[in-house]
Amino acid sequence: MNAPETLLEVNNLKKHFPIKGGFFSKVVGQVKAVDDVSFHIHKGETMGLVGESGCGKTTTGRTILRALEPTSGEVWFADETMGRVNLAQLDRDKLKVARRNIQMIFQDPYSSLNPRMNLLQLIGEPLYIHNIARGEALKNRVAELLQVVGLRPEYMNRYPHAFSGGQRQRIGIARALGLNPQLIICDEPVSALDVSIQAQIINLLKDLQAQFGLTYLFIAHDLSVVEYTCDRIAVMYVGKMVETATTKELFSRPLHPYTEALLAAVPRPDPRTRTEPIVLSGDVASPANPPTGCYFHPRCRYSDGKRCVHETPVLREVRPGHRVSCHYAEELDLKGAVPANVQEKA
Amino acid sequence: MTSQVQNPELPDETDAIPTASEERIYVASQLQLMWWKFRKHRMAVISAILILLMYVVAIIPGFLAPFDPNAHNSGFIFAPPQPIRFVDAEGNFHLRPFIYGLTGERDMDTLAMIYETDTSQMYPLHFFVRGASYKLLGFIETDIHLFGIDDPEGDVTMYLLGSDRNGRDLLSRMIYGTQISMSIGLVGVLLSLVLGIFFGGISGYYGGAVDNIIQRLIEFLRSIPSIPLWLTLSAALPSDWTGLQIYLGITIILSFVGWTGLARVVRGRFLSLREEDFVLAAQLYGASERRLIFRHMVPLFLSHIIASLTLAIPNMILSETALSFLGLGLRPPTISWGVLLKEAQNVQSLALAPWLFLPGIAVVVAVLAFNFLGDGLRDAADPYAR
Repeated sequence: MNAPETLLEVNNLKKHFPIKGGFFSKVVGQVKAVDDVSFHIHKGETMGLVGESGCGKTTTGRTILRALEPTSGEVWFADETMGRVNLAQLDRDKLKVARRNIQMIFQDPYSSLNPRMNLLQLIGEPLYIHNIARGEALKNRVAELLQVVGLRPEYMNRYPHAFSGGQRQRIGIARALGLNPQLIICDEPVSALDVSIQAQIINLLKDLQAQFGLTYLFIAHDLSVVEYTCDRIAVMYVGKMVETATTKELFSRPLHPYTEALLAAVPRPDPRTRTEPIVLSGDVASPANPPTGCYFHPRCRYSDGKRCVHETPVLREVRPGHRVSCHYAEELDLKGAVPANVQEKA
Repeated sequence: MTSQVQNPELPDETDAIPTASEERIYVASQLQLMWWKFRKHRMAVISAILILLMYVVAIIPGFLAPFDPNAHNSGFIFAPPQPIRFVDAEGNFHLRPFIYGLTGERDMDTLAMIYETDTSQMYPLHFFVRGASYKLLGFIETDIHLFGIDDPEGDVTMYLLGSDRNGRDLLSRMIYGTQISMSIGLVGVLLSLVLGIFFGGISGYYGGAVDNIIQRLIEFLRSIPSIPLWLTLSAALPSDWTGLQIYLGITIILSFVGWTGLARVVRGRFLSLREEDFVLAAQLYGASERRLIFRHMVPLFLSHIIASLTLAIPNMILSETALSFLGLGLRPPTISWGVLLKEAQNVQSLALAPWLFLPGIAVVVAVLAFNFLGDGLRDAADPYAR
């Protein structure tokens, strides 16, 4: 870990939701949506956060921004104005300052835009609230932002209902860009879009990154998207981080059986490659009632039935920059994604 | 969603210049979209006009009513309606409408009044005639009425909808009753709106223990049977109160029970909006709580609230009518449709003076009109729903 380069460092982040039951709403259990997650993001890179539905990806993103209060853990952010701050402990006023530098792009382009506001109001509101621009200057800035995301400035007076899903996502991106953030948390920004439009939005995000030196936390469940966009990837399973590595490394040499299964499920548009999909038996473990030991053991085909069942593996660095939480990471010879970097596989 | 996908996606393609009508829709605010949608609901538009007319009646009853609603005439009790005529007894057509007078005589066997139409004299109707004096809008002293017969002495009767047991003109009384009956719904609903938005808003926005307490309170209030509750509350109103005080008291009683439903609607809206991404987005870019509530949440459910308010007004009107009918709401000399209906409460009127039920028709028309209007508003409130 190179300290000056790190923009965001998440240490042992936990978010537990109490399960209430009974007449007096007694707490009868905890949903461990995010359970001891640690990772870091370097300046200017795209960090992918992948996993199945309900594994805590979105909760992680929202807890970082304190849209949800973390149960415990630290979120260190190298803020432009305030320096290195722990977002998890900031008071309201300082949090407001820090949030200027961290913005979010949402999954659902329909729910993320207020239907009562036109584009000028939608994109201009953050600028107005932070006293960056008002009146004519605000209009000019919004027009500029619209152009940056590939929309015509004349659309400023239109309401969201005039736009399609992909265009709405561009509006959401323009809104996030308005405050010149350092970090943008992209919460499945393309999952709700058509494949053809996905590509446009991803390319737009990449262009913007190059243009403004942005850093992304890219939450996704589609590995082919992540492979294309991300520099490094973190894989989550039932609220826990199971593996982090660079994209290249993760795709060619996965060290966790869950990652292997995920990679085997990625469709390859090449008729000559035959991959055998790894069918995971059973359901995703419930974060309210997780299995003992390694959370993945009931579905893991390499499980030894002893250590895996009783001992919870810790995330450890097996290769430089490649961390994994599996007792047998060194012993297992796992298959990566097929066509990616065949020459390195030896 | 699928229709969205077919739209041109690429910025280059959207450069295709939209037609004027398309552009009109694109830049239309929600209010405009709602208005366009509302206009298509013909029953709602008709109802809106009807309701508007009713409120005009409520504002200037003295001008529209031909007589003083409290002027009694012991010689003409339970007089039947005198129709407005264009054709006289000889079969001649007259352009100016007229009425025939009535002669009343008591049948000494049954003691009932027997009325005969006196066709010897025509009384033509005129606009803007002078009659009983009243205060227009409460402060302009005048005696001009919209229509009537030119009869400065006031010997000729004109009971277009008949008279009641004191020989008072039912039409004038119904027109005056509009004032109380239509406004009690509005005032009552506004009061319950304030209560409903306040409690529902706290409940939905903050949630937790406050929410729990308010919801249990609402459940408690709703579990009390409403008629006994009204009875108790209106029995608690001091008997020496004036008509106006009783009116306000009844309004408060009605809204005291009525706010619970509205509070639930508001709470539900807050709960669902709190989860919307754009609210989170606004929170993240630093919008204050006040801004979140009044700029991002309230405008989105206000139209629904207005629609459910409109649907709540008929309930208020019906409640007032029911209470007054039972003799527990407004009491004479205050005039409301319910008070008028109370006079139709016996077999005698059913047999001898069925026109005393006419205020009931006014209630039905008002309630139906509000229901249609509310229906139209509810449909229009969500311009994107099909």
